[in-house]
Order: sequence, then C-alpha cells, then structure tokens
Amino acid sequence: MANPKLAVWKFSSCDGCQLTLLDCEDELLEIAGKLDIAQFLEASSAVTEGPYDISLVEGSITTPHDVKRIKEVRAQSRVLISIGACATAGGIQALRNFADVAAFANRVYARPEYIDTLATSTPISAHVAVDFELRGCPVSKHQLLELITATLAARKPHVPTTSQCTECKAAGTVCVMVAQGIPCLGPVTQAGCGNLCPSHGRGCYGCFGPKLNPNAPALSLQLADLGLTPPQLRDLYHSYNAAAPAFDTEGRTHD
Amino acid sequence: MTKGQTTHGILKDPTLLVAALMADGWRVIGPKVRDQAIVYEVLDQPDDLPRGLTDSQSGGLYRLEAGQPERWFDYVVGPHSWKKWLFPARQKLWTATRLADAGFEIEVSAIDWPKTVFFGVRACEIAAMTVQDRVFDNGMFRDAAYAARRADTLIVAVQCARSAETCFCASMNTGPGVDEGYDIALTELAGISGEILVTAGSDRGRAILAPLALPSATDGQIAAGPATTAAAAASQSRAMVPDIARVLREGLDHTNWEVVADACLSCGNCTLACPTCFCSDVEDVSDLSGDHAERWRSWDSCFSTDFSYVHGGAVRRSPKSQYRQWMTHKLSTWHDQFEMSGCVGCGRCITWCPVGIDITREAGTFAAHPHPAET
Ligand code: SF4
Ligand code: SF4
Ligand code: SF4
Ligand code: SF4
Repeated sequence: MANPKLAVWKFSSCDGCQLTLLDCEDELLEIAGKLDIAQFLEASSAVTEGPYDISLVEGSITTPHDVKRIKEVRAQSRVLISIGACATAGGIQALRNFADVAAFANRVYARPEYIDTLATSTPISAHVAVDFELRGCPVSKHQLLELITATLAARKPHVPTTSQCTECKAAGTVCVMVAQGIPCLGPVTQAGCGNLCPSHGRGCYGCFGPKLNPNAPALSLQLADLGLTPPQLRDLYHSYNAAAPAFDTEGRTHD
Repeated sequence: MTKGQTTHGILKDPTLLVAALMADGWRVIGPKVRDQAIVYEVLDQPDDLPRGLTDSQSGGLYRLEAGQPERWFDYVVGPHSWKKWLFPARQKLWTATRLADAGFEIEVSAIDWPKTVFFGVRACEIAAMTVQDRVFDNGMFRDAAYAARRADTLIVAVQCARSAETCFCASMNTGPGVDEGYDIALTELAGISGEILVTAGSDRGRAILAPLALPSATDGQIAAGPATTAAAAASQSRAMVPDIARVLREGLDHTNWEVVADACLSCGNCTLACPTCFCSDVEDVSDLSGDHAERWRSWDSCFSTDFSYVHGGAVRRSPKSQYRQWMTHKLSTWHDQFEMSGCVGCGRCITWCPVGIDITREAGTFAAHPHPAET
C-alpha cells in the first residue's frame, strides 16, 4: 500500500507553524518514511498533484483569492487540519477586524489601489469544514507530532482542552499571578505550549487561544484588581487570538 | 534523650538533622525557596532549608515575606504538596514493544524510589496522606507504586506554631498539631528562640536521632509543645461548617451553585493544588513506527470536561456542574466513598484559586440559606 499523501498549505501567516514541522529534525526522516510529502513548498519545490490524504493548513483567510483557494484545497483533501492561531482563529492579523482596513492600506502602501484584501482575517473553519484544529502561535512541536502520529494510527490525538493552569500545576510551576501579582491569561487559555511563560516567571499571553468554557469576564475582574487598565485588558485579549470568539468579545468589552 | 514510648530532645539548628540524614544516605525532600514561594523539592545541601521567612495568604494571594530572622518554620503550606512525590503528575505505567512474529511484549515501569525523607511535613499534610492512603491502598485496590513510595518514606513533621489566614485545619480536626503518622516531629518553641523540641514517633525515628545525642528536653519544654500549636489553632479565622456533608447533600439544586459558577474560571487549580484530589487520566500513546506504545497516567480534574467523557459526550459540561462535583465530592460524597472527609483544611484551594473562591465561605452560604432551589 502506498504511503498516505501529505500536503502543507500556506495562507496569511508568518510560516512559523510550518517551520515547527521542519523543526522536528529527529522525527522528520521517519515522517518522510511514513508519509509521501506531496506538497510542502517551505521544504521543497517538488509538487505532486492531488488528491491528498492529509492537508495541513497554515494561515488565515484575508483575500478574495484565499477564499477561492481554500475551497480548492478542501476539495482535494481527505483530512484537513488547520494549524496555528492564524488558521484556527485568524491570527494577529485579525486586529484588522476591529479597525478600518482601507485606512491601514492607505497609510502603509504607496499605491493602495493595488491591494485586494478583505475587511477581516478569518479562520479556515469560517470557510470550509475542518477535521481538526491544532492551536498555538506557533503550534507546539510535541502536539504536531502527536497529531500526525495519531492521524496515521487512526486514533484520537491527545490534545487537552484544559487551562494553561493545568500545565503549571503538573510542572510544579508556582502561579505567577497568585505569588507575584503578575497578570496571566492562563486560566482562560488552552494548555499545550509546554508551560513556556509561567515557568519563566511571566504571565500567559494566550497563544493557544481560549480553553473550553472560558470565563474571561471573571478573570478580567481579577486582572483589573491587579492593576490592568481597560486598554491594557483589551490589548491582552486582542493579540495572537484576537478573533477567537471569547477573546474577541472580552477585548471589545474593555475598548 | 530518654528511652521509652516517646522521646524528647532539644535541637538548636534543624540543618544538623538534615545533614545527619544526608550523611546516612537519605534523599531529603523538603522546603526550599523557588520563584518567591516555598516549594517541596530535593534538598541539595542542609543550608537549602529556608530561615527567617513567613507567608501571607488569602483568597488568590500568596506572598513570601521576611519574618523573625532566627526562626525556621514560620511559613506554612505553600503551592506544592507531598502528593506530587507520592502520586506524580505524570507517570509511565508501561511500555509495549511489537514482537517480530506476533503480539507485544509489555514492560511494566520499575519503581524508582531511593530511601527518602519528607522533611517539614505539616499536620494537615499527614492527614492528607492518610486520605490518599485510603484511595490508593484500600483493600479493594492497591496502587503498588504509591504504596511502595509511601512505605519507604520517613516523615519528619513540623508542628505549626503559626497558621495562615487561609488555614482551617482546626475545624477539620487535622491540625495544627501532629499526633501520629510521623517518625520525628519538630516543634519550634514560641518565644524561646533557637529551641526546637524534637519528638521521636517511631523506632525508625529513634534510630536516626540516637547518634545525634541531643540534650534532653525539660518538662517545661515538653509542655510548651502543645501550647505552641494551641496558639496557632486559636488564631484561625476560617472554619468549615460542621455538618457540611448533609448540607450539600440536601442542596444539590441550590441557587448558589449558579453564583459560584459566575466567578469560577473552571481552571482546575483548586483540584490540582489540593493534597487529597486523586483523579487521573490514562492515555495510550504510540510512536510513528507503530512498533512502540506507552501507557501514561497523568493528573486530571473534575474541572476538565474530557474527564467526564463517556460514550456520547461529557457528563459534566458546565462550570457549574464541575464546581458542584468538586465541592460535593470533597465535603460530602467522599464520606460515602471513603468514610472520611476529602478535605483536611489546608487552605490551598483558597490561596491558589486565581480569583480567590473560598470553600469555607461557600459552605457558609449553603448552610445559612438552606434549599433555595433553582426555578
Ligand atoms: S501562572 Fe497563570 S497559567 Fe499558571 S496557574 Fe497561575 S494563572 Fe494559571
Ligand atoms: S479542599 Fe481545599 S482546604 Fe480542603 S484539603 Fe483540598 S485544598 Fe486543602
Ligand atoms: S474533587 Fe474532583 S478532582 Fe478532586 S478527587 Fe473529586 S472528582 Fe477528583
Ligand atoms: S474554584 Fe478557583 S481554582 Fe477552582 S476551578 Fe474555579 S476558579 Fe479555578
């Protein structure tokens, strides 16, 4: 039996999530032995035509051309997995959703009439059916490997939907919010990064997006007690996962 | 020191006891300062033992602060509990390898536990171990790794001379004095600086103390021990409602569950910081080759929606039902399950809740306004 065919696609993004795949140095050869890498322009210009068994999609939808292309990708893919904050929530570029894109274009580009862009940055799931969303800005190498391994074994991947706090507690990290009064989005953010910020004495920035059942209004009351002003609260929620519904709404509350 | 049932001596400097244990080949796990808190980690040298520190705790707040410089044990329980050593957050249960012909070979993980001392265990923490003993080694079920670690660990207890604002062990009958379950207990006597009353509670403890040849304690010093913990008990401002098990059993549809859920983040910190919570998830992982698999057990919590997943979906999806599970299990259904309370009054769930939800205050609300049912 031939190996399943993998395609990696890029939309509006920084390439960081694709780089995470390339960063799986030790495992990459093994992955290449199990999967036929049919399309991965970040790694190779050789392209095999579709259909594909697994498509990994990085980036958000920001142009009319993107809207058309993601439908083509979906049509050619048996399993479509969106990877990273851009693909799952619209990314940092979704800050445009709260502003006037035409004004941005006029300010930045000498010939704004050449720019053909949408008013919003939206996740892949707003346009086509998505089989699995892997969170993170960027995605975690560990979770990406687990996802690929699980998909090949036709089992459910172990990707928890609990809070970042559960990673602190498992790692023995002392809560920076309780012990030092440092504002932290961990209680409303999905685990998965490997406890990066709290284990280095910083509050969580929400890179993995909202956890299941986030209670952002209750957390905001506490963050305000710790001294965050409304603009600071807005900016905290409106960052890498600005357009994820729970963060979008909560950020607007403090605008 | 005198021979007999209990033996009392006086120690000036507890690092001497740590040094003696280390010299005798024990791994000493004890209090250490890290990230502005007292954590329980392996001590590398006797001087790792903190001195002159105290803490200030309230709902959602912990601050390590300077205390009386000469005193050793004025801080109380912190973010860690001994659970992280006896019931690790992540544990590999076994590894399976595919055999060339057919089937798998399974290798059960070995128990790797050198002879260990838990140094500085507080009364509520000994009580918490007793609670987890009932969970992990109860006649019907035995977690062999837990039982082996527990049996091979020496307990050096510290009698609390001070309670935090979040402590309510006195109302749970679990502290602040330690009566049993220790090998050696240390009481830093109030007002008499530099005098630690040392009490042996087992033959193991006596054997360790013998070579130290500590000067005997006077009758006055021995009597000062209980007075020290009594003062700590008297200072506690929080208390658990005495018949909370019944109050909660009769209040499952109380309107207050909705009120707590509005404030609760369902972050799970309370369950994970709690020294008695024992829930875990078991996951099987395979590698890319498909020739190796591992089974891991990791901490889980009733605040995780996947935790109550059964065929067709999760049973407890809302933060309200998750908080209700936590509170009713700790204080009510634990009695049905294990014939004891699941709470020892350590206060960790209050301090380490990012929004300071207080289990004693909630208990008070349920007791003061019984049965307002939701419509
Ligand atoms: S540091 Fe942040 S993520 Fe960690 S337990 Fe505290 S609030 Fe949660
Ligand atoms: S429920 Fe709270 S106070 Fe009771 S033992 Fe657990 S953490 Fe301590
Ligand atoms: S309170 Fe929740 S996490 Fe703790 S033992 Fe009970 S069900 Fe498990
Ligand atoms: S009670 Fe506090 S610590 Fe527990 S889940 Fe709710 S917010 Fe988190």
